[in-house]
Amino acid sequence: MPSLGTGVQFVSFFILSALIIGAALGVVLAPNMLYAAFLLGFTFICLSGIYLLLNADFVAAAQILIYVGAVNVLILFAIMLVNRQAPETPVPLKKVRDGVGGLVCFGLFSLIATTVVRTPWPLSNEAPVVNTTLKIGEQFFTNYLLPFEVASVLLLMALIGAIILARREYVPDQTVTGDEPLVLPERSREDLEPELKKLPVSTASEE
Amino acid sequence: MNFALNLNYFLVLAAALFCVGLYGLICSRNVVRVLMSIELMLNAVNINLLGFSNYIDPQNIRGQMFAVFVITVAAAEAAVGLAIVLAIYRNRQTIDMESFNLLKW
Repeated sequence: MPSLGTGVQFVSFFILSALIIGAALGVVLAPNMLYAAFLLGFTFICLSGIYLLLNADFVAAAQILIYVGAVNVLILFAIMLVNRQAPETPVPLKKVRDGVGGLVCFGLFSLIATTVVRTPWPLSNEAPVVNTTLKIGEQFFTNYLLPFEVASVLLLMALIGAIILARREYVPDQTVTGDEPLVLPERSREDLEPELKKLPVSTASEE
Repeated sequence: MNFALNLNYFLVLAAALFCVGLYGLICSRNVVRVLMSIELMLNAVNINLLGFSNYIDPQNIRGQMFAVFVITVAAAEAAVGLAIVLAIYRNRQTIDMESFNLLKW
């Protein structure tokens, strides 16, 4: 940010970097999934600080809103739904595999870091835009109008796809008199499979 | 010593975050942790885009536009990915990556 002194920016960059890398390692290595999910939210918040250092205030706000507010909560819900403490079946050579994976990742990091340091970037000397939100809105409705609309269609498709993938097929309870029961249909088709087989064919085919 | 930040610091930070995410992607056995690692990698990409936007294209901030699109796609990916995880869990009663081998030769 232009209002901060360079020394302050420098120090805050290193504090934020240390927090980000530490929390990301925690996400990957923490034995408890719940701690990993909360550390992921912490990583996202620290990343929005880095975005602020890069003069991207709108993206920083969107980061906190979307990642911390939506994606992280979604992941927490998924952990609550599927986390069952089952003993993991042992896999042959797990340690060797992890070691090789770590080695490959470290090699990739060294490669990227060397490339970054050696490449002469065509840096610009222009002053950064002051009002980024205004500029982003202007860009959205001029140069990036088609991607903007396609993104909305993509979100709609993801919404419908997620609902269809995660949906259970509900079968309402049959009452004696034949009218609809007053309770919400909460039984899944898997639970009802044995009962449906016992029913006459006409009842089952009404679904 | 010069205390001004420059592009290289941000690119190296993004590389480190990307590699941590990659390690989690290939070495963890929990599906939800794999999805979390993918989110970390997408965020590393966003640091790169915003760094280039600030230091190479500060007037048009095209990198910030791309970062917004990446965030959109990441949200959609998380929703669909977790729905797939739920469907798999319902069918196989496990979220261990090693047991998802239905399509393995």
